This record gives sequence, structure tokens and C-alpha cells, in this order.
Amino acid sequence: MSVVSRRVAAGMANPWGRARFLWVWTWLYLSWSLVPVLIAIRISFNSTRSLVEAQGWSLIWWFSHPTLSAWNRPELRSALFQSMRLATLTVLIAVPLGVAFALALDRWRGPLPASANFLMALSWVMPELMIGVALFLVFSEVLTIVPLGTAGQAIGLITFEMTYPVIIVRARLLSLEQRYEEAAMDLGASPAGALWRGVIPVLLPAIVASAMIVFVDAIDDFVIASWLSGPASSETVAIRIYSDARGAVTPALNALGSMMLGTSIVVLAAGGMLYRRLARRSATTDGAGLTDFVASQA
Amino acid sequence: MLLFLALPLFTMVAVAFGSVDPLFGSPIPVWNPLRWDGSTVAGVLGQLVRPEGAFFAPTLRTVSYTAIATGLCLAIGYPVAYTVSRHAHRWKGALLGVLLAPFFISYLMRMLAWVNLLRDDGLVNRVLEALPFAQPQQWLGGKPITVILGLVYGYIPYMILPLFGSLDAVDRSLIEGARDLGARPSEVFRRITWPLSRPAVVAGVLIVALPITGDYYTADLLSGSPRTTMLANQIDFLLHARNAGPTVGAALVCLLAAALILPMLWYLRLVGDAAIERDGGTG
Repeated sequence: MSVVSRRVAAGMANPWGRARFLWVWTWLYLSWSLVPVLIAIRISFNSTRSLVEAQGWSLIWWFSHPTLSAWNRPELRSALFQSMRLATLTVLIAVPLGVAFALALDRWRGPLPASANFLMALSWVMPELMIGVALFLVFSEVLTIVPLGTAGQAIGLITFEMTYPVIIVRARLLSLEQRYEEAAMDLGASPAGALWRGVIPVLLPAIVASAMIVFVDAIDDFVIASWLSGPASSETVAIRIYSDARGAVTPALNALGSMMLGTSIVVLAAGGMLYRRLARRSATTDGAGLTDFVASQA
Repeated sequence: MLLFLALPLFTMVAVAFGSVDPLFGSPIPVWNPLRWDGSTVAGVLGQLVRPEGAFFAPTLRTVSYTAIATGLCLAIGYPVAYTVSRHAHRWKGALLGVLLAPFFISYLMRMLAWVNLLRDDGLVNRVLEALPFAQPQQWLGGKPITVILGLVYGYIPYMILPLFGSLDAVDRSLIEGARDLGARPSEVFRRITWPLSRPAVVAGVLIVALPITGDYYTADLLSGSPRTTMLANQIDFLLHARNAGPTVGAALVCLLAAALILPMLWYLRLVGDAAIERDGGTG
């Protein structure tokens, strides 16, 4: 104990120097947070059925097994496609809606936009379970024209994920003030033209960043997708993992999860590259893509 | 927006205060607030607070698991956020990326990883077998500790991020000033770093505690035993049940929402203030 406290004291004596205890703690945390997932991914490459240790290398649980691999088991493959379909749909609808909402909140004052903003913020901090249950009751009791399944899931996810573009784009708009639009209009642009050619290009990095975040978040979503799922074909990867994890007998489920993680990483990498190019082009948007995300969380 | 947020929330209240169709056993929402029937909600409330009530034990568990898990998140997360924001120098960006990684890995994938590790023949038990003083355990057989640690594992990134954001924004000249004026390191921490990070601590605690109260899948995956049932598990079960199930479940959600509305508003206020300060400073 005295060793520990001396280390802490030594670390704090020089806040910019090496603080060994704090570093050990941090590395322990980082390995605890990532190693289990890395092991799960490693197991998906097993050449045997073992779920508990690494045994050989193969792709049988990914593609090559004709009936049991993640790719060739119909319910697993359909889950992968459903996750991707929902995430794409959510990005395509939630991001434009969110941008429009952010622009509206930026201009339009009064009780209605204020309460819409409040409601949206509330939905974000509410346990997701409540949104899931509430929407489930609506689609099963009231708006029965909306079928549970892809349509219901997409509406739920769009409602929930819209908050990201609103927060991120609005933060950008606040620092932008009105000068771009005014300058464009001084140069003879119509209000719509000023918005399209003056404001949207400046917002583009923020839009790309939020699209990226919405995609990765929607593809991983469990609670909303599960409450609003209908037929078996609307089950996503997360739902599949939830129902199969305890009874799994082959690493195919690990392979499925890894496929989804791979998709997220590809989207993040592509989005990050696009973001950097756009940010370099417009001088007003400094900072990395991470900043937007941290700002939206903190 | 209004349609898909306000309407669902209202529907939930209407179902909770509504009645049950005696023939089909399906819930009948009552839309007129004047005709609401409070008996279900009152009944559920009774089950919640009376020690012999059906929801008493799950409530107790929800409260204690949430408190312990949130406390652990803070205790583990604060030093990490502190180290990365203060001592990481040029590695800060890379380490921040690693801290953010869990956000992009599906929660369920992270839980699946633990399900594999904690199996009876899993890696954790093999390590324990090899140690002289430890015994292998049935980790997935309904142990509260498994559920709590699972919750900590799942939600700790949400704690670290606001802490990092706030610790990173602490003005270094304040710390140097304090040291120049003769403050000991522990004093610098106690009188400058900690007070400045306190709003982020509160925000982190709330943003971790709120979703944990609505979490049913962690307990389901890592235990599945009635010994670790939390309120959210009850809600999940009731809404998928027949007859009065959905009505009782909706009443439970409404009561949970009523209990959580203050913390939710507190969090929004906190974050709203921070945003105003930030934008006021830069804009």
C-alpha cells in the first residue's frame, strides 16, 4: 500500500512526468477493455469448434463451411444484411432530417422548436428501453399500418439517431454565424442557393462525421431493433448474438460479430478519410473527426 | 419528430392507465386523461415498495447494481481519463482512439466475448485452475458479481469520455500557478483538478447510471437466472407476456420514467450549461 501511495504521490509531484502507477492502471484498463474482444475475434478464425481457445487458423466459420459458417447459415447471413440495410436506411434518412432540423433550430426561435429540441434531448438520455417499449406499443396498438419489422425498426432508429447530426451540425452552425449565407446573398444568390452553395459545403465535414457515427451506432443497435423486430427476417446481428450467445456451439457467431465489426471499421476509415479531405479544403473547420464525437458525448 | 416521440410516450401512459380487453387479453389504451384508470399503476407501485411485493426485490437489485456499477466505473475510469489527458503527450490522439474503440464495437459483441471467456471450461476458469489459491466458478450461473462487472465493462466508456473531455480542458496554467504558490501535488488535485472536473463526474455518473437502469440484456446474457432479475428484465418479460402483461409493463415503465425524470433533466441542464460555456468562449 505504501508503495502504491508513494507512486501516486510521485506521479502527482510532477504532473507532466512519468506516472508509473497511473500508467500501469491505464494499460490494465485498456487491455481489459479490448483483449476479450480480440480473443473473440481470434476464436472466429479457429479451425475447430472450440469456443474457448485458439485452435488453428481457418475461415470455415466465416465462409468455407457449406452449412454452418456465418455466411452460409441462412439466419446468420440474413441478420448481417438486415443490420447493414437498417444502418444504411437510417443514415440516408436521419442525416438529412437531422441537418434540416439543426438549420431550423438555428434560425427559428419560439416555443415549438424549443420543445422539439427538448424532446429530442430527452430521448437521448432516456434509457433506450423506454423508447423501444413506447414505439412497440404504438406500432402494435395504434399505428398498426406500420408493420413491426424493417419499417418499424427504421423509424425507431431514425428517431433515435437523428440526435447525432442535430448536435454535431448545430455546434458547427453556432460557430459559423450567418456570415456565409449573407456573403452568398450579397453576391446575388437566392436564399436557397445561399444555403446550398454557401452553408452546406462548410457543414459538409460535420455532416460526414455525423453520418459515420450514425452508421456505426445504428448497425450495432440492439434495444430498438429488438423491440421493433417482426418476422425472423428482421432479426439483426445484435439480436442474433443476444439469442444465440449462451447456446452457441460453433464460432460462427463470433465470425458474424467480427464481420459486423469489420464493416464498422471500413466505414469509419472511409468516413475518416473523407472527413480529413473535406476539412482540409474548408479552412473554418479545424479539428479532427474525434473532436466532433467527443463533443457530442461530453 | 413530434409524431414519433411524443405520441409513443403518450401511448405508453395511455396503455398504463388503460384497461385489458377481457376477451382477447390485449391492452386497451385509454386516450382521455380524465378517464384514466389508476388502479394498475397504483397496484404496480404497491408491488414496488412493499417488501413482499413482486417487484420489490428486482427494484432493490436495480438500485444496488446501478450504484455499485456506476461507482466502479468512476473509480476505474477517473485515473484512466486523468492519465490519458495529463500524461499522454503526443500519444494522446492514439490513446483516445483506443478509449473510443468500444463505442464502435457492438455492445452485444463485447458481451459475447465475455460469455465465451466465462464459460465453465472458459479461459477465466482455466487461469483460476492454474492458480494455487483460486477455485473455478460457475460464472454464468446467476452470480450478481458477473452481472455487475458486465455492466461496468459495458458502460465504462461513457464515463471516461466526459471525464477526459473535462480533464483535458483544465487550464495548465492553473496547475502551474498552484504549484508555484507552494501547493503539494495532493493539494493541487484536491483544490484544482477535482473541483474543475466535478461537473463531468456528475455528468458521467448520470450518463452511466441512466442506461444501466434500463438494461436487461446484460443480466440476461451473463446470468439469465431469476436471482439477478432487474426491473428492466421484468419490463421485458411483461411486455412480451399475454393478458395484463403489457399494461402492467407499461405502468412499470411509466413509474421508472417518473423516477428517472429528475436525473435526466439534471443531466441535460449540466450538459446544456457546458455547451453554453464552450460556445460562449469560442463563438
